[in-house]
Amino acid sequence: MTPAIIEMKRITKEFNHIRVLDHINFELLQGEIHALLGENGAGKSTLMKILRGIYQPEEGEILINGKAVTINSPSDSRLNGISMVFQEFSLIPSLTVAQNIFLTRESRSKLGLINDRIDEKKASILLHEMGVDLDPSLPVEQLSTGYRQLTEIVAALSQDAQILILDEPTASLTHTETMTLFGLLRKLKERGISIIYISHRMEEIFQIADRITVLRDGKNIITEQVQNLSIQQVIEHILGHKDVREIKKSTYLVDPTATPLLEVNHLNCNQEVCDVSFKLFAGEVLGLAGLMGSGRTELVQTIFGITPAQSGDIKVKGKKVRINDAKSGMKAKIAFIPEDRRLQGLSTMHSIKENFELPLINLRKLEKHKIFVDDHKIVALANGFVEKLQIKCDSIDKEIRLLSGGNQQKVVIAKWLSTEPDILIMDEPTAGVDIGTKTEILEMARNLANEGKGVVIISSELQELLSISDRIVIIKNGSIVDEMLRTEVKSEDKLHQIIQGAQASV
Amino acid sequence: MSNLNPISPSSDNSNGFSRFIKKFYWRDYVVYITFVVIFLIFSGSLFKMGFLSPNNLLNILRQTATISVMAVAMTFVLAAAEIDLSVGAVAGLASVTTAIIIGQFGILAGILAGLLTGVLIGLLNGFLITKVGIPSFLVTLGMQGVATGTAMWITKTAPIPIANETYTFIFGSGNVGIIPTLFIWTILALLIGHACLKSTPFGRQVLATGGNETAARYSGINTKKIKYITFVIMSVVSSISGMLYAGRLHSGRFQWGQGDELSVIAAVVLGGTSLFGGKGSVIGTIIGAILIGLINNGLILMGLEASQQMIVRGAIIILAVALTGRKTQS
Repeated sequence: MTPAIIEMKRITKEFNHIRVLDHINFELLQGEIHALLGENGAGKSTLMKILRGIYQPEEGEILINGKAVTINSPSDSRLNGISMVFQEFSLIPSLTVAQNIFLTRESRSKLGLINDRIDEKKASILLHEMGVDLDPSLPVEQLSTGYRQLTEIVAALSQDAQILILDEPTASLTHTETMTLFGLLRKLKERGISIIYISHRMEEIFQIADRITVLRDGKNIITEQVQNLSIQQVIEHILGHKDVREIKKSTYLVDPTATPLLEVNHLNCNQEVCDVSFKLFAGEVLGLAGLMGSGRTELVQTIFGITPAQSGDIKVKGKKVRINDAKSGMKAKIAFIPEDRRLQGLSTMHSIKENFELPLINLRKLEKHKIFVDDHKIVALANGFVEKLQIKCDSIDKEIRLLSGGNQQKVVIAKWLSTEPDILIMDEPTAGVDIGTKTEILEMARNLANEGKGVVIISSELQELLSISDRIVIIKNGSIVDEMLRTEVKSEDKLHQIIQGAQASV
Repeated sequence: MSNLNPISPSSDNSNGFSRFIKKFYWRDYVVYITFVVIFLIFSGSLFKMGFLSPNNLLNILRQTATISVMAVAMTFVLAAAEIDLSVGAVAGLASVTTAIIIGQFGILAGILAGLLTGVLIGLLNGFLITKVGIPSFLVTLGMQGVATGTAMWITKTAPIPIANETYTFIFGSGNVGIIPTLFIWTILALLIGHACLKSTPFGRQVLATGGNETAARYSGINTKKIKYITFVIMSVVSSISGMLYAGRLHSGRFQWGQGDELSVIAAVVLGGTSLFGGKGSVIGTIIGAILIGLINNGLILMGLEASQQMIVRGAIIILAVALTGRKTQS
């Protein structure tokens, strides 16, 4: 039997007396690819941060090669041969592949100057051994995401990494790039390098992993050989038995003969949105389901005009509209709550009022005498929304950065509801907000639909998507692959499988 | 601790005061405090040199007008998280084009020529920055050379005298009662600039663009257009400033305004506008500009040599900006 390279025993970690890891055992064998699975918040990243020396556990021990170690800092972790390949890449774009691989460890000439040619030769040998076809003298900025990632892995290996942690490595890779990556991972495995592979993509895990460990609510639910499990079983382990709960069935049924509120026909954009057509009816909440990187965000951004469509058309209430920027999207009575509120939704250095007023000012709806902004009107409106949405703040002059995540999200929502849209598009509206606010946001979306508006909602949390949507369309690789009424979805499980592509239909 | 002790009103008071001190945004007021402190110091130490005489005070306002006017427009540029280094050179070129055209076609044509100079350079700057995508720092640094070079070339570096007295009266040399027309220009820039930044859709959109350009774009703001307009306004205002130089000095010359970009940017940052965008105050800017004029004037009255003046001026600006900058970092 192959020896274990890492053994984590009875690891327990608490934050503010809340136990996020509860006596977790985790074992990584030499030359093994071990997939670590679990929902967001299950404890995966905390466990990895302990391994990388960012957090120290309250209880438990870590053995590396059979010897007990304490990992108090990221450099301790590196000395133990552990290396993490980041989702946001840590390469310097203007330097070459070789310069990046040997950064701070450059070869010197006799005069003590850096000699790029020696490093390029060394890098080229290394790349060749790994079976990566890449010119080491190319600047990293000229590489695709996939090759950047390969460069990063090679850089880690050149520092004698024995254990690699990969977090969602394929999230922004194309299919061919993924295959190249898998080729490299298999080579590494043969050389006895161990890999912890974190991903949500079942198909890939079943292709590449040897064993699977599932975490849920800070506990190790199962560790098992891949061949002894099916995708369905893994999903059940990830979700627990929540899916047993009855899903509230919607009584609302769309009339397919009515004029749709929004009709999208053969929309294309940058190969990220491929020939998408769908309809949204008044009074309906339409859920968009798909994995990260499936093109769901790109689709809604195209509809709103952030990245205008290259071909295809959009009709609002039966009338064709041209949407070539966000303002034309707004004029078509569409509102868009973006995925990343701190980057796209709000200017955090400005106050609630200063953020709230922007769409209305932009639509020229708030002018006195055609020149000046009517601040009395804005203050009254903003205060009205603060009360209606129960935004917790001392006043509307409070800076956004001082608000909680949930309240920030409510400001984004208020800002867009103020434009009185007919169509509200929400991209992950409940990400990073507390449970209470989550419910409020979902209820609000439902109420808007009941008032005769249309809501399009994207969410990675399927339970949430199922509880709010009347109809669900499934997106994969930029195209709609399936569509169903909520009443046709038997369980969260089934939906999960469809999104993963394990089954063609219910 | 004193929260637990309800019978101590004095500690409550000091608590309230220290809370007030903590809440007080120093960076927004540094310029006013510095202004008052320096004014008082100069009033005392330079009293005998006639610092407080109405003539000297009016002189300060007269001399700072060209900087003040440009600084108002620069407030918008910095608030949008951009920069314009060509302002001084544009002023110089506009003083030259105005002077030449006045000599040949009269005052109206001359004023139009000056404004047109600003419009053209502003359009070019805006195009290169927002459409071609070159950083404003580089575009306007290059434009500085282009504008100064053009002014030197078309005049063979000689000053072009302006004989038109109506022009020189309006643009800089005249007085209405005791009030210099240059001061009226400053007040005009202050009023228009303040209203525009605080209360018009354009001003709000400039601040939003500088605060978070992506979020502004997602709110439907055409951030490129906003920046484009800002650069055109900046250059037009610079050309007006150049015309003020021409009026005050009865001539157009490429050297008018040379190096002003540094004083202008210093005035704006002193006034509490963030170099990183999103925050701006036109009133602060004007006070900042007058503060720089005050320092210049005081140093001259002290009898410092030009070289020494430059050192002291530089040190004061670094100190004041360091004080203003602290809040931004935290």
